[in-house]
Amino acid sequence: MTTTDERPAGFENNDHKPIGHGRMLRKEDPRFIRGKGNYVDDVQLPGMLHCAILRSPVAHARIVSIDTSAAEAHPKVKAVVTGAALTGLGLAWMPTLSGDVQSVLATDKVRFQGQEVAFVVAEDRYAARDALELIDVEYDLLDPVIDVRMALDPSAPVIRDDLDGKQNNHIFDWETGDEAATEAVFASADVVVSEDIVYPRVHPAPMETCGCVADYDRIDSRLTLWSTSQAPHAHRTLYAIVAGLPEHKIRVISPDIGGGFGGKVPIYPGYVCAIVGSIVTGKPVKWMEDRSENLTSTGFARDYIMRGEIAATRDGKILAVRTNVLADHGAFNGVAAPVKYPAGFFGVFTGSYDLQAAYCKMTAVYTNKAPGGVAYACSFRITEAVYLIERIVDCLAYELEMDPVELRMRNFIQPDQFPYRTKTGWVYDSGDYEPTMRKALELAGYDELRREQAERRARGELMGIGVSFFTEAVGAGPRKDMDILGLGMADGCELRVHPTGKAVVRLSVQSQGQGHETTFAQIVAEEIGIPPADIDVVHGDTDQTPFGLGTYGSRSTPVSGAAAALVARKVRDKARIIASGMLEVSVADLEWVKGAFHVKGDPGKSVTIQDIAMRAHGAGDLPEGIEGGLEAQICYNPENLTYPHGAYICVVDIDPGTAQVKVRRFVAVDDCGTRINPMIIEGQVHRGLTDGVGMALMEMIAFDEDGNCLGGSLMDYLIPTALEVPDWETGFTVTPSPHHPIGAKGVGESATVGSPPAIVNAVVDALKPFGVRHADMPLTPSRVWDAMRGVPRPPI
Amino acid sequence: MARISVEVDGIAYEDDVEPRLLLVHYLRDRLGKTGTPIGCDTTNCGACTVLLDGTSVKSCSVLAVQADGCDVTTIEGVSSDGEWHPVQKAFHEEHALQCGYCTPGMILASIDLLKDDPDPSEEAVRQGLEGNLCRCTGYCNIVRAVRRAAQEMRVTTP
Repeated sequence: MTTTDERPAGFENNDHKPIGHGRMLRKEDPRFIRGKGNYVDDVQLPGMLHCAILRSPVAHARIVSIDTSAAEAHPKVKAVVTGAALTGLGLAWMPTLSGDVQSVLATDKVRFQGQEVAFVVAEDRYAARDALELIDVEYDLLDPVIDVRMALDPSAPVIRDDLDGKQNNHIFDWETGDEAATEAVFASADVVVSEDIVYPRVHPAPMETCGCVADYDRIDSRLTLWSTSQAPHAHRTLYAIVAGLPEHKIRVISPDIGGGFGGKVPIYPGYVCAIVGSIVTGKPVKWMEDRSENLTSTGFARDYIMRGEIAATRDGKILAVRTNVLADHGAFNGVAAPVKYPAGFFGVFTGSYDLQAAYCKMTAVYTNKAPGGVAYACSFRITEAVYLIERIVDCLAYELEMDPVELRMRNFIQPDQFPYRTKTGWVYDSGDYEPTMRKALELAGYDELRREQAERRARGELMGIGVSFFTEAVGAGPRKDMDILGLGMADGCELRVHPTGKAVVRLSVQSQGQGHETTFAQIVAEEIGIPPADIDVVHGDTDQTPFGLGTYGSRSTPVSGAAAALVARKVRDKARIIASGMLEVSVADLEWVKGAFHVKGDPGKSVTIQDIAMRAHGAGDLPEGIEGGLEAQICYNPENLTYPHGAYICVVDIDPGTAQVKVRRFVAVDDCGTRINPMIIEGQVHRGLTDGVGMALMEMIAFDEDGNCLGGSLMDYLIPTALEVPDWETGFTVTPSPHHPIGAKGVGESATVGSPPAIVNAVVDALKPFGVRHADMPLTPSRVWDAMRGVPRPPI
Repeated sequence: MARISVEVDGIAYEDDVEPRLLLVHYLRDRLGKTGTPIGCDTTNCGACTVLLDGTSVKSCSVLAVQADGCDVTTIEGVSSDGEWHPVQKAFHEEHALQCGYCTPGMILASIDLLKDDPDPSEEAVRQGLEGNLCRCTGYCNIVRAVRRAAQEMRVTTP
């Protein structure tokens, strides 16, 4: 293991942890390593019943009839609910995060395999599953639309005939950049390279599937919902809108979550079914989907078919990039993205390069597949944007016969150009790209690797070196531009210091393993001088925490992290006034040295934050106008996103006899500005790199022509084990965000965004002797085999 | 219904169970041993790994009736007297967990692995844990943790 993070020798102990930023072991671990986490399926309530959902076996069919009589007669069954019953409650359809509607239970027809058709509530999970087998549904099959390229054909069946007057499968057109200016640059460029690049449909597949426990109390009309939600406050508001329950009577609790990766941002029909089940039966109802339900019906990721074009001079100055995208959104447009951004932040496809022009035109369509699109650490479509630019730049390097590193270096946005406005309107906050690239080259021993490759090539061996350099855009976002269904993307934070100087900080964001309970304590500790061990972090309970939009898009540090720092400064400001009274000096005479105020010029006279906390709650006078207590609350509205960047280098070996790709080495250098906890960042990066290996080499949710999902279990949807990934090599540089209170940028999704192009570029580089310029993911042995024989095939 | 007697984490239980009841549901729903989670439905993920008479098994693929007369150790029975098992300690110190969902199964599989091979190479750890999927850590720190625990256990075991 090579790492440039300093790792202190011996065992660290949290008690010895100096206050503030730096490596600190996690506060979450003691419960998780002893099996004392509290995940949704661990919740047991008196009288609790179990919900199971009947799903469509076919992709597209009209529902002729549903016979539930046998299921209702089952001795352990308490309720059987169909779409017709939900129609009576006004709940058969619900709004999606994209302003479309999605069927909770199918009423007219089914639109994808795995769609929810009916549900059963029974005394235990086994009985609920038994009863599903007793429901008889008669379907009248319709032709499905599976190949997205045929979806707009005039002869294609109309999937969404529920929408008034809908005559086709078109969802939206979207464009960004300047078409005419880009056309002009392309028309006069020395070199133009085009390539069809597919980012196949994949799935975040968190280890814990989605589920909830709904407990509707009929006495005081109050709903409590334990739920696998990355955005509990947003969910509460949406339930209020969907179910018509008043918001103050809804309590959403996201307990420990076994990974989210974007799959737990949307509201799924199962949550609504459990709520209805509880309302109908008057008992708590648990719904926990199984893995195949998770893979076939919850939010998929990617599924962009992109034509990438790049224009350059003969000596390698990139002039412009243009792309045309066909986006497969499935049967309902459920993309979780800010309202004004139907294609998420795909507009950052210009990458890390200083261009003269750029343009994108996109069309999104319906197909007979599950809804989704934005998930799996994509930062709102930046995975697709970075993959496009980093692949097409390599295609250009191929045509120019230029080293891919050299080509990138020649075109980087320079440090003095920041803040840099891209040709598609994004304002990058800060960046110093070349040192980051150089660090990766150094860690990898790039020149030596190229020499080794030349030797191996001469011997007929297949070794590839792939490079990617990315700029992320995370921390949505400024409320004037960004909202989810009308809710501005700001985040709250509340800090309360107890009389004895211990503290509790309450967040609106929701960890799913990213270590917020540790790092937010560190942020507050750094600002107010209370040891992190004395600070409890509370999140996930809408009755206890301030409103905010939740955790996804790597937005916790940029938005909520800023809120945590600022709320601590607000409390510190009050503490300063109290200290001035205690020390009988003016506030101007006080100096803050982490954890205490000293009288300037008389360091012997001081009061600690703990002394001040006791004074704030105790007897005796406080300075004029100061209320007792020591607490504050804020809501932080970010002025811009943060733009972390990174340089990744991947080395692969391909077995020429089997076409099996082995990732031999992977070097990742990330720059996310100020680093709150290097240990946690490193773990986040390891995760994302593993996502990259999965997507580049193994994972795909495929369909046959009838619309049967071919990736519906872990037997076929292959995610990496310990054997498919190498020992990760990480490094970092530090370019703080100038607009963030502590200079920190988000980072959680960087590696998922940046690693797939590095791996694919490495594989394509290895296949150079075969004249391969591009091959689509996932690069399974059969696909690599085909590419080696000159017949690369698209994944779909 | 079938009558089973089983010892779980040092406590003896006698229960009537349906023959089809999976061991993992027996542990979770009947005994409240919720430290053992479920991650898939095809026996791939290993989140539900427990020790059955000392050997690691995926408890989603064992019927409760098959555990009749057996000794089961879950993550909740791994540490004694509040003292963490060296593998638990090493997972904490090497940051080998994030969401914590695969962790119980991963720790039990590691304990079984170290029983067979007290000084595993990196490759041996990766091989030994290939039945346990993790979505958060990228495995690197898990491998480090298991090797660190191995070292620790060799030092403390005479």
